[in-house]
Amino acid sequence: MITSEHFRALFDPRGIVIAGASTHPGKFGFVALHNILSCGYEGEVFASNRERAEVLGRPTVADLTEIPHGNADLVFVCTPASSNPEVLRQAASVGIKAAFIASAGYGESGEAGLQLQQELVELANELDMMIVGPNGQGLVSTPSSLCAQIVAPYPPVGSIGIASQSGNFVSSFMNLSRQSGVGVSRAISVGNAAQVGVIDMLEYFAGDPKTSVGLVYVEGISDGREFAERLEQVCRRMPVVILKGGASGLGARAAASHTGSLATDDRVFDGLCRQVGATRASSISEAFDIAAAFATLPAPRGPRVAVVTTVGGWGVLAADAISATSLDLVELPSDLRNTLDGLLPPRWSRNNPIDLAGGETKDTVPAVLESVVSHSDIDSMLVLGMGIQSNQGRLEREGPFYPEHGLERIVAFHERQDSRYAEVALSASVAADKPVLIASELAIGDPSNAAVAAVRSTGHYCFPSAERAVVALHHTYERTVWLASFGTPGNVSQ
Amino acid sequence: MLREYGIPFLPEVLVTDIDLVEDALSGIPGPYAAKLCGENISHKSERGLVRLGINSVDAVKENCRELLKAARPEDCATGVLVAPMATGLREFIAGVSVDPVFGPTIVFGLGGVLAEALADVTARLAPIRRHDALDMLGSLRSRSLLGAFRGEPAVNLEAVADLLCSLSDAAVSIDRLRSIDVNPVMIVNGLPIALDALVELSDAETES
Repeated sequence: MITSEHFRALFDPRGIVIAGASTHPGKFGFVALHNILSCGYEGEVFASNRERAEVLGRPTVADLTEIPHGNADLVFVCTPASSNPEVLRQAASVGIKAAFIASAGYGESGEAGLQLQQELVELANELDMMIVGPNGQGLVSTPSSLCAQIVAPYPPVGSIGIASQSGNFVSSFMNLSRQSGVGVSRAISVGNAAQVGVIDMLEYFAGDPKTSVGLVYVEGISDGREFAERLEQVCRRMPVVILKGGASGLGARAAASHTGSLATDDRVFDGLCRQVGATRASSISEAFDIAAAFATLPAPRGPRVAVVTTVGGWGVLAADAISATSLDLVELPSDLRNTLDGLLPPRWSRNNPIDLAGGETKDTVPAVLESVVSHSDIDSMLVLGMGIQSNQGRLEREGPFYPEHGLERIVAFHERQDSRYAEVALSASVAADKPVLIASELAIGDPSNAAVAAVRSTGHYCFPSAERAVVALHHTYERTVWLASFGTPGNVSQ
Repeated sequence: MLREYGIPFLPEVLVTDIDLVEDALSGIPGPYAAKLCGENISHKSERGLVRLGINSVDAVKENCRELLKAARPEDCATGVLVAPMATGLREFIAGVSVDPVFGPTIVFGLGGVLAEALADVTARLAPIRRHDALDMLGSLRSRSLLGAFRGEPAVNLEAVADLLCSLSDAAVSIDRLRSIDVNPVMIVNGLPIALDALVELSDAETES
């Protein structure tokens, strides 16, 4: 019986043991210890090595029973499959409650391995231990500064909880986290999911105060009904974004050989996600965009979006993207139009998208953004074209004339303005309790751009394009609609 | 058996006595279709045992007479089934199918001649809520067909949702259910009408 105590031991251990620490920098047993020691974990770290060899300048024990009872809660297992039953017994004898098993040679390798895997689960149950894996890449837990994995990266602190049937996707999501600055609370690869799987992790995340959204990758699901029912319970408490492999016939065949699970009609999985309130994403980047939106923005109360853009073209594409969703590019209310008439030169678009047509000034932009997002007929705002001035500023700063000819002063001015606009947009979001999404390809093209950096520094996500922002917003709104179908929160306004 | 769950079928009359036709069809507007019914009848169309587009009650009587006469002893004919002709431009399919991993599912999709090529089908796990039924309609790529279409009124979405909820009731109540195929569901004056249905049970028993 897995309890919250087991999850605490896994994600917030007081001490950790690397079983099978290696002196060879190419081995899992070296990398795992290296990563734990390098990312700021403050608990006690022990390591075992058959020859008691020093690893990374630290002494090791030959046998886990040498570790004082109660000093460690988690063992990270890198020893060969044949040694693992003994490792688990020794770990249990010193009070360890959870094991992450990175070792391969189990269910993924055939019949004999599957037998070993089942025996390992029986042993763990007998020892009252939780085992994650085998054949997993590891786990990350930023509240404990814990990077117990055989791969990189270690992400910034945040509230996205990641669980995956494939370890590489944990890395993919965390790479996007590092790039965008939208952080992670816990991340775990469940490997062969012998004792606990993705759904167990989601249930833990749903009750975890450090996690606000679940982001998962699944390939195969064995007990479909139970999975769907448990997922719905999780979705009542927390948004869940799912990326599922095997959507096509070819992908399904590859998934079956990867995780050994039965393929189902993809339309059934698609439908059940909508039914249980989970958000299904179609790619890694889309999944992360949506998770980042859930993690950093208030939920939209209704479908009405206002687009504010400094130039026309971006607004046109954003309008196209909105028309393909359940969002509504709302007609501008006349009182808002009058307000904007007072703030902008006559050439502005006078409609939604609100094209400022270059008529914005340092004094009017904050007022425009605030009056749009605070209007009662607007549920969310998409802001395009931020960072243009600083982008020019960068070229000037890197050019041969800087800092002469007044360039130093103007570059600094542009950067200050761009930071300020982004900050104003996001504080208006907080004040109105409505989502404001800032989108610019500078998020990828130049993350040091003042507007992008300002979005990031306020803990928000700079969407890499208007279309991606629209898709993410659409999915957050779909959750509002789903919650409202039970008569719970959300109140869908029209 | 699906009628009991509220699936809307056309009213139909089994004629065994020509003298009762007039009364039986009162209140059911034409034109009508008539076909000879019996356990062992095959090649109905080839033998001319299906008559379509019959415009008057008198003509129905005449057709019934001919059909009953055309019956062979081995047909085990039980009578002539008469129903109003349903005409509509839009056909959908609805049903229950059992997924190997997720169990019984409710399925709804585009029907008609393009159905296979477009494969526009959406599914939910049974049982479904009314919210899910309406969401299924919105999930079709061809959902614009649910609006007003070539002179036909918009589809009554609530009525289609009713049909899907009825299928859901059937899915959870019928023992040994393997599948239900309601095909086609024709849209007549904006309302869905099941023109044919097949219920498959796990002992390979079938019922319509």
